[in-house]
Amino acid sequence: MSTVTLDNAKVERQPLVSTDSWYEASARQRVEGLLDANSFVEFIGPEMREISPHLALFDLPEQFDDGMVVGLGRIDGAPVLVAAQEGRFMGGAFGEVHGAKLKGLLRAARDMASMPVLILFDTGGVRLQEANAGELAIAEIMRALMEARFAGVPVVGLVGGRSGCYGGGGLIAGSCSALAVSEQGRISVSGPEVIETNRGVEEFDSKDRALVWRTMGGKHRRLIGGAEVFADDTIESFRNAARYLIELAPAPTLDTLEAEQARLAQRIHDFGDCADALDIWRSLGASEPETIPALSYEAFVALADRLQEPRHDAR
Amino acid sequence: MTLDEILASLFPAGHDVVRERGLIAGQGRLPDGGAIAVIGVEGQTPVGVEEAAQLAGNVIEVIKSGGNEPILVLIDSGSQRMSKRDELLGINEFLAHLAKCLILADKLGHRTVGLLYGHTAAGAFIATALATRTLLALPGAEPAVMDLPSMSRVTKLSIDVLEEKAKSTPVFAPGLDNLFQTGAVAVTLDPASSLADQLQAQLSRPAERDDNRDQLGAERNGRPKAADIARRVYELARASV
Repeated sequence: MSTVTLDNAKVERQPLVSTDSWYEASARQRVEGLLDANSFVEFIGPEMREISPHLALFDLPEQFDDGMVVGLGRIDGAPVLVAAQEGRFMGGAFGEVHGAKLKGLLRAARDMASMPVLILFDTGGVRLQEANAGELAIAEIMRALMEARFAGVPVVGLVGGRSGCYGGGGLIAGSCSALAVSEQGRISVSGPEVIETNRGVEEFDSKDRALVWRTMGGKHRRLIGGAEVFADDTIESFRNAARYLIELAPAPTLDTLEAEQARLAQRIHDFGDCADALDIWRSLGASEPETIPALSYEAFVALADRLQEPRHDAR
Repeated sequence: MTLDEILASLFPAGHDVVRERGLIAGQGRLPDGGAIAVIGVEGQTPVGVEEAAQLAGNVIEVIKSGGNEPILVLIDSGSQRMSKRDELLGINEFLAHLAKCLILADKLGHRTVGLLYGHTAAGAFIATALATRTLLALPGAEPAVMDLPSMSRVTKLSIDVLEEKAKSTPVFAPGLDNLFQTGAVAVTLDPASSLADQLQAQLSRPAERDDNRDQLGAERNGRPKAADIARRVYELARASV
């Protein structure tokens, strides 16, 4: 990494990628680290100042990219379309502009049918201040995503950000051709606070962090087949996962969705009576399920590969 | 309108729609003599993993039966079922699967039409009504991403303040009129005239090949920027190679 000396101030600029942790990185740092050096070209970047038209009504600050970075870059020289959510702006939530960028990108991917798409999820779901626009954007994104996949375009989701992948983000993730998730990358529809608010603390204690991780976190998602690859919390690990999953994305057909129907029905059959993730892991064959949350990346990958082979033909 | 009244008005020539544990499934006869598959949710039933799997299975059966029978999705649902168990089992995959089955059916020639006649919310809304090609609604439908009291908690604004703000924009508050303005709903039906004829008229119109909901949202002043931003990203991406 090169450092640049600014003309006027005698200080060294911070390198763009200041951390190797995916969780700690910003959306732009993830994009920069994921792609070949200097290969990224952004569409409607922050210099265009396309802010949310709705946040001012709530006296909330806007961001010039509305928390979504989309563009074209390269991995190993091959072009890829990329969308990255910034989980530190409005919790990465889907608003009108935020969602429209991803929708436009997927529609282009569909019609070009030549480049895979990577979606770097980091979202709490729909942005409530523009709830109707956000909800509809998610529906439009799912349709465009499926149309791109029907055209043979791999759409790979990467989940490991601060805000997780909640609400409608979880539904979009479930529509991707494949997912990589890190331990920190929670995937869920109703978040812990939402369940607790609606059903009470007896149903879900949102302050019990261990419960949140083992119910919604990346290890559980990998073990039940909700994600194909378990990634380490590094940009390099996610880059390797993306490389691998781009190659394993056949266009979905009726056979694919029948296989998914069977896969999901089997999951209810196998685990529908389990009260906790520990029970699910035990019935999968883990002899000491209580040790799984503390397992290192390498040890967990070895265990997960032994307990459940990931499938690539059933989503 | 009650579901009984709706089914009677939709299918004067008869139907075999069965209602069980909050789910709707069967087939109806259209005025032109053709059949239409019917699935749906009634009684504000929350959509959990079992419900989503059953509805998706119904859609798959329609596809497997061949032909190009359209599919009607009747919706008066709760939100996604909010529970530890549903999240443990990966309800995001089940809801996505249901939406994907509807999108695949449409692609394979089964025109999908949603009819929102009651409540719906959040993930259940996305997985059902919003996954159809053409969404119709009846007056009195109550779609909501989130109800105002919950929104009040999250935004830390009083309900009075939210209601005041909702007067100036359709973008966040619940309700059919607001959803209509953002482009989610194609047409609101007239409950006083035959639903069968109105459904037949919709089916007789060629389906939009492209998802035009963002353009409707711009025309109806509900979403000022979505269509423009999506089009510009699309053109930049197409021009980049």
